[in-house]
Amino acid sequence: MTETEFEAYVQDGGQVEAGDPMPEAYRKALVKFIEMHGNSELMGVLPEREWILRAPTLQRKLALTSKVQDEVGHAQLIYRVVEDLGKPREACLEDLVAGKTKFHNVFHYPTKTWGDVGVIAWLVDAAAIISQKALLKCSYAPYARIMKKICWEESFHILHGRDVILTMMNGTEEQRELVQEALARWWGPLMQFHGNPIPAEDDAMYRWRIKSQANEEARQQFLDGYVPQIWELGLTVPDPKLRQGKDGIWEYSEPDWEELKWVVTGHGPETERRLGFRRTSRAETAWVRRAVLANAA
Amino acid sequence: MIYEVFRQEREGQPFQHGGSLEAPNPTFAEAYAREFYARRGESFSLWIVPRDAVMEVREPYVADVFDRDYRRVDGYSLKMKLKEARGRAGTPHTR
Repeated sequence: MTETEFEAYVQDGGQVEAGDPMPEAYRKALVKFIEMHGNSELMGVLPEREWILRAPTLQRKLALTSKVQDEVGHAQLIYRVVEDLGKPREACLEDLVAGKTKFHNVFHYPTKTWGDVGVIAWLVDAAAIISQKALLKCSYAPYARIMKKICWEESFHILHGRDVILTMMNGTEEQRELVQEALARWWGPLMQFHGNPIPAEDDAMYRWRIKSQANEEARQQFLDGYVPQIWELGLTVPDPKLRQGKDGIWEYSEPDWEELKWVVTGHGPETERRLGFRRTSRAETAWVRRAVLANAA
Repeated sequence: MIYEVFRQEREGQPFQHGGSLEAPNPTFAEAYAREFYARRGESFSLWIVPRDAVMEVREPYVADVFDRDYRRVDGYSLKMKLKEARGRAGTPHTR
């Protein structure tokens, strides 16, 4: 199969399994994309982990711990897919802590208050589930299959986040302010989350049907689903230009693409500290892996 | 060692491929599979199979060398025959 034939095959709905012959460029693109997804799941638990010990109730503490466990489990499943494509998990983790590979922009920012924890679980996970649902149709079938489980678990996280937010909105004036401030902090990164609006046909990821949704389509879906839910709580979205046109298309201020680029290339406010934490914990737990693996062999 | 995990959502349903995992031995494979695929009670049962033990057959369909339409529903066109039989018996033409 030539590369052109392969492109036609996947465009036509053809699926690729682990071990199938595939163009080298397709395999490399998959590794890069899926590895970044795995990195994001793993790094994404750190902003939330910081709040486990400070969660307001025992129930919230357990729910948050469970969410962290889910996300680390997603990283495990996703790195497994990358391993079958030729890059071992150890190499993925090495490259991550060395700053050679990327993770999603939203995980480079601090979680200042419990309001941030609610906004992350509700809106960051909502934005993520939109991208992940589109991956259910990915041409690389092993990735598409695990996405089913991942999306299912993300739906619990959104509920958990919305419940946190609703509880705070029904609480004191101070709690409502915490939510409003957190929303203001996260709105910029949320609008950058799905990436700049490149036309789908210029995107190799789309031609190979690794992604089946253009960036702008994902953002519109996010705005469509969640802006009304934000507004109905009496919250203000910090974008004076945000409105839905008569054609249903949302208008908004241009997201800060320079900030997105700067942050994902390792210059976010929390990038270095979180990678440092990952580096330390990896070194500190090395003896556990050695002992367990030696024992199990 | 790589293991493939198949999960059955409810009793009596077919097992479907869930994903794969890497584990140093079957004990770890079981522990990981329970964590990955059964933590919320979403699986009734799991099959955990070493990847090497899975025998795969590609394009398993036995080709239509002969006319084998008797194996398919479209191999049986009853409409005209039924019409004729009903006409012969003089029964009302329902459908």
